[in-house]
Amino acid sequence: MTLLNTSDKLTKYQKELNGKLSGNIKTEILVSMGTCGIAAGTTPVLEELKKEVVEQNMQDSVRIVQVGCMGLCHSEPTIEVIDRESGHCVVFGNVAADKAKAIVAKTIRAAGVDPVAKTWYYPEEGQNTGSALQARIVLRNCGRINPESIDEYISRSGYQAAAKALTSMKSAEVISTILDSGLRGRGGGGFPTGKKWQFAAAQKADAKYVICNADEGDPGAFMDRAVLEGDPHSVLEAMIIAGYAVGSHDGVIYIRAEYPLAVKRLHHAIGQAKEMGLLGKNIFGSGFDFDIELKYGAGAFVCGEETALIHSVEGKRGEPGFKPPFPAISGLWKKPTVVNNVETYANVCAIIRNGAAWFKKIGTENSPGTKVFSLTGKINKVGLIEVPMGTTLRDIIFSLGEGIKDNKKFKAVQTGGPSGGCITEANLDSPIDYNSLIALGSMMGSGGMIVLDEDDCMVNIAKFFLEFTLDESCGRCTPCRIGNKRLHEMLNEITIGNGTHEILGKLRKLSETIKDTALCGLGQTSPNPVLSTIKNFESEYLAHIDHKKCPAKVCVKLLSYKINDNCVGCTLCARNCPVTCISGERKQKHLIDQAKCIKCGVCYEACKFHAIDKN
Amino acid sequence: MTDQCTKCCDNVSILNMYPDKKKELEKYIDSLPLGSDSDRNRGFLIQSLHKAQGIFGYLPEEIQLFVAQKLKLHLSEVFGVISFYSYFTTVPVGKFKINVCTGTACFVKGADSIVGEFRRFLNIEMGETTKDMKFSLGGLRCVGACSLAPVVMVNDKVYGNVTPKKVPEILEECK
Repeated sequence: MTLLNTSDKLTKYQKELNGKLSGNIKTEILVSMGTCGIAAGTTPVLEELKKEVVEQNMQDSVRIVQVGCMGLCHSEPTIEVIDRESGHCVVFGNVAADKAKAIVAKTIRAAGVDPVAKTWYYPEEGQNTGSALQARIVLRNCGRINPESIDEYISRSGYQAAAKALTSMKSAEVISTILDSGLRGRGGGGFPTGKKWQFAAAQKADAKYVICNADEGDPGAFMDRAVLEGDPHSVLEAMIIAGYAVGSHDGVIYIRAEYPLAVKRLHHAIGQAKEMGLLGKNIFGSGFDFDIELKYGAGAFVCGEETALIHSVEGKRGEPGFKPPFPAISGLWKKPTVVNNVETYANVCAIIRNGAAWFKKIGTENSPGTKVFSLTGKINKVGLIEVPMGTTLRDIIFSLGEGIKDNKKFKAVQTGGPSGGCITEANLDSPIDYNSLIALGSMMGSGGMIVLDEDDCMVNIAKFFLEFTLDESCGRCTPCRIGNKRLHEMLNEITIGNGTHEILGKLRKLSETIKDTALCGLGQTSPNPVLSTIKNFESEYLAHIDHKKCPAKVCVKLLSYKINDNCVGCTLCARNCPVTCISGERKQKHLIDQAKCIKCGVCYEACKFHAIDKN
Repeated sequence: MTDQCTKCCDNVSILNMYPDKKKELEKYIDSLPLGSDSDRNRGFLIQSLHKAQGIFGYLPEEIQLFVAQKLKLHLSEVFGVISFYSYFTTVPVGKFKINVCTGTACFVKGADSIVGEFRRFLNIEMGETTKDMKFSLGGLRCVGACSLAPVVMVNDKVYGNVTPKKVPEILEECK
């Protein structure tokens, strides 16, 4: 393997690669091989493609590349076919293994597979000429390069940002570039990244640490997984730059154990970078040393909080500590430590390469750049999207997401995970950035966006998030440990029909108390789902309390099943009922014994005549 | 005697029973750059436990003590860490670990009914293992495959768009 120990060697190597990788290749076939792609069945497709290329004797002109997630989760397995001569590329979705022949022969359209529209452009490669809603900086390489090949990363100007920083910039210049760009922490808090670096750089210490927080724990958020699986080197490169900026020689990536594929690819990437001299001693001949090690989480959501994360790296229980002192002053092993999340790092190289002014042109004034969201829930086009800050929720949900599944009515979108809130129809047109989401009673969080429709009960959603917090609370401080338990009990009373106005009042009051008194971010934000649902959907709470009804027909205890006049007496419901509470003669209207009914809904699902009403 | 017996063999040493496994764990811990500073050694605790659980399948007291002695830590510290993180288990688990994702996206798409169906088929509750030690049922928070919600993970394999009807098929595949 070539040793790239000067920036000239890197540039020369990149040129050679660009020649070599294109070669005689006429067609490139990119196969999406992220966790969700593999789960959706891309592995047999890849095997068939390889076989077909050999059978057609086209090894010299067709290149098959395994890439990371393209973000088109709604159409997995996805495949992109690129015609090198014309530069024309088309993405095909829902590709089955038996289409391999057609793909290799580029007659895929004739084989009846529909192309999927790309709705993005790459700001690093030019202006948005069409009407693309997405701008991809963080995801610039995801779905375009083989994440297990450092050569492909280098061929796309990989490690050029590190070379530029280490050989032609002073560390203070690197910090001022990041500071000027206005980049804010993408993990949720939105603290200016440059400031964090500045604080750590100003400390005098015999050792400092750079940590990448890859403990993506928000349920419903998977952008960090996509970056780590699809473009691991961009994170390593950014950590080198951060290390150089603050004067640290040791990097740590803290990654959750639930992401086995991301762990594998990171491990592989670190090995490659070390072999080529891009990690280790005297990088690019600059005299700067930097190394990265991987540390694994073990299933604790609270470890996404930076002080808890540091405790976990130190091998302790992942309980949060008091701040101040902030990690930038005293963090890992009590040394100055910079903690940034994966998406934040993924922005750094692009900023160093193109400058702060370029970055500031994208997004809004207080939140420059883009944000990656994972769009899930009751939406037609589920997937990973990256949009400039300031895009409206309406554009995201109705243009990119193509609206609500099964033509149901949109109810709310939940952002910010268990710490966030719900945003309703009324606010769909506000441009979203860090500040506006907080003004709407939610927060950016790590970028999970879960769309809810008319069939979702908001009280039940609030209860779900409380269950999550209860499970994940580390138990160190009383407001979080006991307060959240009480909140959960009160919500439970409401969903089983024992709610009163007094409980609703207590719910509000206790929520505010927990917010004011909990120790860490987990506890301080845990009542947000409760407060935001009460604020936006008070009528739903009141329906549960005053009328003992669940308008979305979700809360089982408040439901009743009744047989109407459509009943033809087919006996199907009675035969399926697990507690035999349905009686009636053949060809006669049946009756449900309400005292015995357990409200399981089996009869409702079984009936072919719409003869059962759920209320 | 098999490694699946949990009731009658409390006094049997699992380390003595599997000398190869013990050697593998010992070799791993010895390869770590341990020093005299017990604070720094503690930094290797979680990865050592990952390794130990990978080898033995679970972390009974005997193995906790072994790791503690190797890293020169107190048993109480080791146990404290094990009980904090949901990934670690002190009781043996089944050959197939069925984990139903209970993240938000899976929740709104009906993960509850999937859990119910597994419970019904296996006749165990969440967190339990079948008597024949074949299946363990549990929940996990978001595997990040929300586009395929609801998701079930069996060992390292991810099943997407699971419906209650698919539950017997998934169990059938576990052989």
